[in-house]
Amino acid sequence: MNKDGNEGFILKEDVKLMNEKMTRPEKEQVTFNKDRIAWRIGLNNFAKHLFFLSTVFAIVVLGILLYQIVVGSIGWLDWQFLTNNLSIFPEKAGIKGAIMGTLFLMMIVIPITLIIGVATAIYLEEYATEGRIQRIIKVNISNLASVPSVIFGLLGLTVFSRMLNLGPSILAGGLTMSLLVLPIVVVASQEALRSVPGFLREASYGMGADKWTTIWRVVLPISIPGIITGAILSISRAIGETAPLVVLGVPTLIMKIPTGIMDDFTVMPIQIYYWTLDTVLTPEYAYLASATIVVLLVTLFILNSVAIIIRNKFQKKF
Amino acid sequence: MKALGVIHPNSDRSGEMKMESNNVREIIQQNIRKKNHFSDKLMPKIFLFMALISVVTTFGIVYTLIFDSIKFFSQVPISEVFSTKLSPLSKNPSFGFLPLLNGTFFTTIIAMLVAVPIGMGAAIYLSQFASEQIRKILKPVLEVLAGIPTIVYGFFAYSFVTPLLMKLIPSLGAKNVLSPGIVMGIMIIPMVASLSEDAMNAVPEIMKEGAMGLGSTKLETTTKVIIPASISGIVASVVLAISRAIGETMIVTIASGSAKNFTFDITQSMQTMTAYIVEFTSGDAGSGTVGYYSLYAVGLILFIFTLIINLIAQYIARKYREEY
Repeated sequence: MNKDGNEGFILKEDVKLMNEKMTRPEKEQVTFNKDRIAWRIGLNNFAKHLFFLSTVFAIVVLGILLYQIVVGSIGWLDWQFLTNNLSIFPEKAGIKGAIMGTLFLMMIVIPITLIIGVATAIYLEEYATEGRIQRIIKVNISNLASVPSVIFGLLGLTVFSRMLNLGPSILAGGLTMSLLVLPIVVVASQEALRSVPGFLREASYGMGADKWTTIWRVVLPISIPGIITGAILSISRAIGETAPLVVLGVPTLIMKIPTGIMDDFTVMPIQIYYWTLDTVLTPEYAYLASATIVVLLVTLFILNSVAIIIRNKFQKKF
Repeated sequence: MKALGVIHPNSDRSGEMKMESNNVREIIQQNIRKKNHFSDKLMPKIFLFMALISVVTTFGIVYTLIFDSIKFFSQVPISEVFSTKLSPLSKNPSFGFLPLLNGTFFTTIIAMLVAVPIGMGAAIYLSQFASEQIRKILKPVLEVLAGIPTIVYGFFAYSFVTPLLMKLIPSLGAKNVLSPGIVMGIMIIPMVASLSEDAMNAVPEIMKEGAMGLGSTKLETTTKVIIPASISGIVASVVLAISRAIGETMIVTIASGSAKNFTFDITQSMQTMTAYIVEFTSGDAGSGTVGYYSLYAVGLILFIFTLIINLIAQYIARKYREEY
């Protein structure tokens, strides 16, 4: 439309004018500032390297940490160290008791967290309808996950150790730890159950199966890799956790090896804790602590590798 | 209806179909009769019971903390709690919790000064700059860092970082706040990095491409588009990191010591709330003494702190989330 209002009729002059209008500002902008662009690109590259350094910083620290600990443990970590009982003489000391304590603790933690955790996840994902109870449980689990572990220690001390009169036994420690790692199992199991596609459930219902049969025969078998991965992650958290057990009053000077769930016990992290504290008196304890850390980290590494293998190998894609 | 292929009622085939369908219906009816829906009625109740265990745990925590804190506050006046003198084991015990709050405050601040810049840098690098191959290598290593037990960090802080810092700062005590603060920050880096990275990755690709298409560099895209768009997630990750730092126990117990002085000197030992709980329970705190109940009072304060901070993080993540 031109000035006179003649629609669909464009004069040659108009075209010329339009062309000029379109090109003129562009010509002005073409004279950009090369210095400024170089500055911007330079800044970008600088920032890139800065961000890279901050990522690498964490990894370098990890390297130093592992190096320090491995070097500290050399000469101290041998078969004798794994099979000897605790001793006040650094040369004779071993962590058999702590290893057995950790194993016993896991015998309590694994079944309890798996049963309660998976059941909670099944309730939330399969049975619960949108409502107040479901919301309360969900909010509760996410908050429980962020309660400091030392608070769980106070809970264990009061309820399991004192009220139920279990003392600082393996049972009391195991129950406390189970509650601590429960949210991890619940969240992992929820994700595993959620990843089971709806059409499999519908197919099961279509065949006349009821809800429980569907869950037991269809949903659970498919989500087992995810559940096991979550369980292993929670176990490795429980193996490394120290604070709740210290609060529970788990002693370190246990000369005898635990034989039952009511026995007193010690675990690897607690052994590390006391040896670290006592380096002031006996400097050799630092090496013992390093050696125990190596054993602990290797255990965790194996567990996590198994979790990753299970996740990659058995996870079905639909 | 023709399209659906309705079979003529008189044809032989339809007779067959009818019989079969009757059979199926009968089978279904029989099945329904056989089953009295026992499992479908009982199972939800069993699972609900299991699910409620976690709720009971929370109530258990709140109950034990409040119940024993009441005993503490009935014996110790509130004004004493807000004093700076903490000497639970002396003949005239005094329970001023300010030194503990002070210690927790300083370790948390130092940890945040380390964790937030480095964690954010790592998050930006991994989500915006890194190639897929580099990402595949770096991300698992950061996850390893996150999986190391805190007791190991405690040992590292006490036996490596503190001696190292002593060379730089000669006046540094064997137990101090600086070293565990720094190590705690390193421990929290993966948490800040991975949560912030998730938030940044959630920004739609279109926005990023739009900014790049207008000629901005990656840095400008990040600072002017990605970070403003994911700020709620980033802030939430920092707030969660603060909560983690406040609740962290073993690093500060080992490396920060148990001095109960009210001081602002980070080269000296300070006790945090968590370290106080550990020190007091692993010592011989007899049940029933005021000192024993003071554990629960400190625990209650710690619990309330972390709870409030977590609720704030959840609120920020929900309220200020940009929906695309």
